[in-house]
Amino acid sequence: MISPELALPLAVVVPLIGFFAIWALDKHPNLREGATILTGVILLILTISVFEAVAGGARPSVFAFDVIVGLPIAFSAEPLGALFGVVASGLWLVNSFYSIGYMRGAGEKNQTRFYMAFAVAISSAMGVAYAQNLFTLFIFYEILTLSTVPLVTHKGDDAARRSGRIYLGVLLGTSIGLFLPAIVWTYAIAGSSDFVPGGLLARHVDQAGPVAGVLLALYAFGVGKAALMPVHPWLPNAMVAPTPVSAFLHAVAVVKAGVFAILKISVYIFGVDFLATTGAGKPILYVAGASIILASAIAMKKDNLKARLAYSTVSQLSYVTMGAMLASSMGVAGGAFQIAAHALAKITLFMCAGAIYVGAHKNNVSEMRGLGRVMPVTFGAFTIAALSIVGLPPLAGSWPKFLLMIGAADAGERWAIAVLVLSSILNVVYLLGVPAQAFYLAPAPTGVKSRGAGPEPIDWGAVKEAPLLCVLPPVLTAAGALLLFFFADPLFCFLAPLAGGG
Amino acid sequence: MTLAAQLPALPVIVPLVAAPFTLLFKPGRAPWAWASLISWIIFAACAAIVAHVANAGVVSYHLGGWPPPIGIEYRIDLANALVLALVSGVAAVVFPFAYQSVKAEIDERQSPYFYGAMLICLTGLLGVTITGDAFNVFVFLEIASLSSYALVAMGARRDRRALTAAFNYLVMGTIGATFFVIGLGLLYQATGTLNMADLHDRLVGQDNRMVEAGFAFIMIGIGLKLAMFPMHLWLPNAYAYAPSAVSAFIAATSTKVAVYVLIRFFFTVFGLDFPFLHVAFAWTLLPVGVIGMFFASIVAVFQEDVKRMLAYSSVAQIGYMLLGVSFGTQEGLAAALVHLVNHGLMKGALFMAAACVFFRLGDHRCRAYEGLARRMPFTTWAFIISGLSLVGVPGTVGFISKWYLIEASIEAHRVWAGFLVVLSSLLAVVYVGRIIELMVLRPPPKDGPLAGEIREAPLSMIIPMWALVAANVYFGFRTGLTAGLADQAAAALMSSAGGG
Repeated sequence: MISPELALPLAVVVPLIGFFAIWALDKHPNLREGATILTGVILLILTISVFEAVAGGARPSVFAFDVIVGLPIAFSAEPLGALFGVVASGLWLVNSFYSIGYMRGAGEKNQTRFYMAFAVAISSAMGVAYAQNLFTLFIFYEILTLSTVPLVTHKGDDAARRSGRIYLGVLLGTSIGLFLPAIVWTYAIAGSSDFVPGGLLARHVDQAGPVAGVLLALYAFGVGKAALMPVHPWLPNAMVAPTPVSAFLHAVAVVKAGVFAILKISVYIFGVDFLATTGAGKPILYVAGASIILASAIAMKKDNLKARLAYSTVSQLSYVTMGAMLASSMGVAGGAFQIAAHALAKITLFMCAGAIYVGAHKNNVSEMRGLGRVMPVTFGAFTIAALSIVGLPPLAGSWPKFLLMIGAADAGERWAIAVLVLSSILNVVYLLGVPAQAFYLAPAPTGVKSRGAGPEPIDWGAVKEAPLLCVLPPVLTAAGALLLFFFADPLFCFLAPLAGGG
Repeated sequence: MTLAAQLPALPVIVPLVAAPFTLLFKPGRAPWAWASLISWIIFAACAAIVAHVANAGVVSYHLGGWPPPIGIEYRIDLANALVLALVSGVAAVVFPFAYQSVKAEIDERQSPYFYGAMLICLTGLLGVTITGDAFNVFVFLEIASLSSYALVAMGARRDRRALTAAFNYLVMGTIGATFFVIGLGLLYQATGTLNMADLHDRLVGQDNRMVEAGFAFIMIGIGLKLAMFPMHLWLPNAYAYAPSAVSAFIAATSTKVAVYVLIRFFFTVFGLDFPFLHVAFAWTLLPVGVIGMFFASIVAVFQEDVKRMLAYSSVAQIGYMLLGVSFGTQEGLAAALVHLVNHGLMKGALFMAAACVFFRLGDHRCRAYEGLARRMPFTTWAFIISGLSLVGVPGTVGFISKWYLIEASIEAHRVWAGFLVVLSSLLAVVYVGRIIELMVLRPPPKDGPLAGEIREAPLSMIIPMWALVAANVYFGFRTGLTAGLADQAAAALMSSAGGG
């Protein structure tokens, strides 16, 4: 087995090699996709080896070189990063199969560019996961932003251009305008930007104490990828991209890189205790609570399925931010758990949305009436994933809610529990409504709105699913959401060092 | 008398002597080859000087063996070594690049004059940088400026507006030079010397109206040369209508050298003990820098001509450097020096990309950039990468500059200035992003003069351009040669200025 010290930089480099392989194989689509899959398999092996090493108590770290004195490019793995690495690389592999099915099924153009940009994006996501300091994290964070722009603007029409502008404007604006000054400020105070167990700034209480609230706000809004309201508009706009992009990048890699950074900053830059004593997280906590409810409310009004899922993501991401801002060990654990659980569930939902588009060319929820009888497998997976988001046992999504509620109680923020409960109810309305309509209502005859048609048995003869590569991946990830529920204890133990400060 | 001992004289002597020789060559390829060869020799000499200064400390060279303060002293510390490396490096890249571009834009019969003027301009810029004598600065500044006026005017073959631009530049530049020399006269009156180190010694304790007036004249004079807002009006047209290769060379070097002169006079000649200096920092440099950053960036957003847009962006970037200087701290000075070098690298690369586009399409307005990604992918990517560097995206030199500037703002207890820097970078996102969007997301024009089959620029242009782009990325990660030297140079300047 490969040593984890070697695996860390390789996880960043291997997708870049894949990038060139994909480029070189432009003219041979099958070989090109083979390169993507091979890269995905190697990457997954690498991240798992890192994960195992971290589970064994090791903290592998690699130092590349100093860019500025005290600011090296360096990688190291700790539980949070190792978890994010495995989640991202594992789901990338699944999503790569799905991409092949979707891109060919939907007959998209410029597929080589698509896979190349994807490879750079996953490389930078790995860089974010394994960054040893904020400086390294920021570099890969920005590369992640830039590499996903060609994916968002993939269609190249006016809508894509406009969305691309908003996407880039919000993400670059927040990261350069707020995130970067916050990092420099931290460096000016502490003389480094390393992630330190117990918190870097906690060691410089005298200077950091008075500005902790301002700094934390800069970070919380500066990490635009965490989509805390009001810096969320890039996410719904990113939905013009082909569905595999929405499924993987805008439900897993990009947004999770955002909330991952928030968690990492709270735990390793501020330190949970430092946050708790200064109360710096309080205002952000309220913003996160408001974000959860408001985004859900907007999601209910969206007829376009992907837009609805996007707002649902905005809402769900704020769970993680909330967990970080609760400044209690259970809150942090809940946030970390949410990264994995929500990733599995949301990628399933998006992949189902894509399968519906490829199989039935439907985008709007109102047009999906009765479609569950034509595509039962797709909508079955959709239902399971939706239930996981709602937080029903035995699905993975129930754990983060549970942990966050304990965390909220620990921190004495009981209203946060009410927010979580209300959010669950809203999730039921806007997510479960989709499969409910699809299964229980008869297909609408063209042009006529049907109402209140009674339940009928599924006519298996009429079943017409999307291609296998579009249907199998969401089924797999839905099964994953189910399985993760039963592996909560090992995962909780794995994350336990975080609660102790890393 | 070994060659090594005469090393500091080479960057001035070699191009000065070589320049007239271009007139002996047959017009066309020969003058270009000669100038390129010279530019490489000078780059090698400057690299040797930088290495020597970094290892052995300050070099003092007495021209003609006459000791200062009577004789002219060439005095090279890390600050001017850094600028020497930038100027000669950009020249070594732009001169080879120029051949195709100049062939297309300038009458072939003029090519000996063109390359001669380029060499003289290079002489002037290097001389300004290398000398330790205040009057010598004026002489070389005029050598560089006069040749620049001529070079800008040579753009007239493709666009007659180059003539008015050059005339404007001539008038403004001459006013600047006059102010500068008046200031020098006043200082000479007060001290009786023109050697910089000597001036510094004799200015100690002198805080009278004459010295203050001298200071003000010098600052305004240099301010005109470096396009300090609001004295930048000559710059946009001069950069826009000059021949493409000239724009690339001058934009990357000329204003940077002037900024260096300003720093040199502020810190080495006047020093931090001069009370008026702090007034100038707080009430002139800081506001002028900040307003320039925003005003010029906003104007750049609305430009319809890419070269003009880049020119306005240069004015804004000068604002960053002035802001860094105005803190009067070592960090601020280091930030200004780093950005001086880094901005030379990015602007050089951007203007070279614009030159490639002009070479193939004969136009530098925005519409020529539509759909460029499909026609000239290498040029497009060079523009994108150096454009991102201008914005300050991590992994490029622009990021290092931004980092230093923000850090300097925070260390100087001016956190708000750090936010103004990033806010102004966001304007750069707008004006760079606008062009990138045109290049990547629009189809090439279907009809009109810009339609038709367009090939990638020739290799002789692509290779030098990508050399600068590579420098943009390399120095974005390995900053020992840029930021590392700038840090040391700033420390040395501060200690010579009598500061912390």
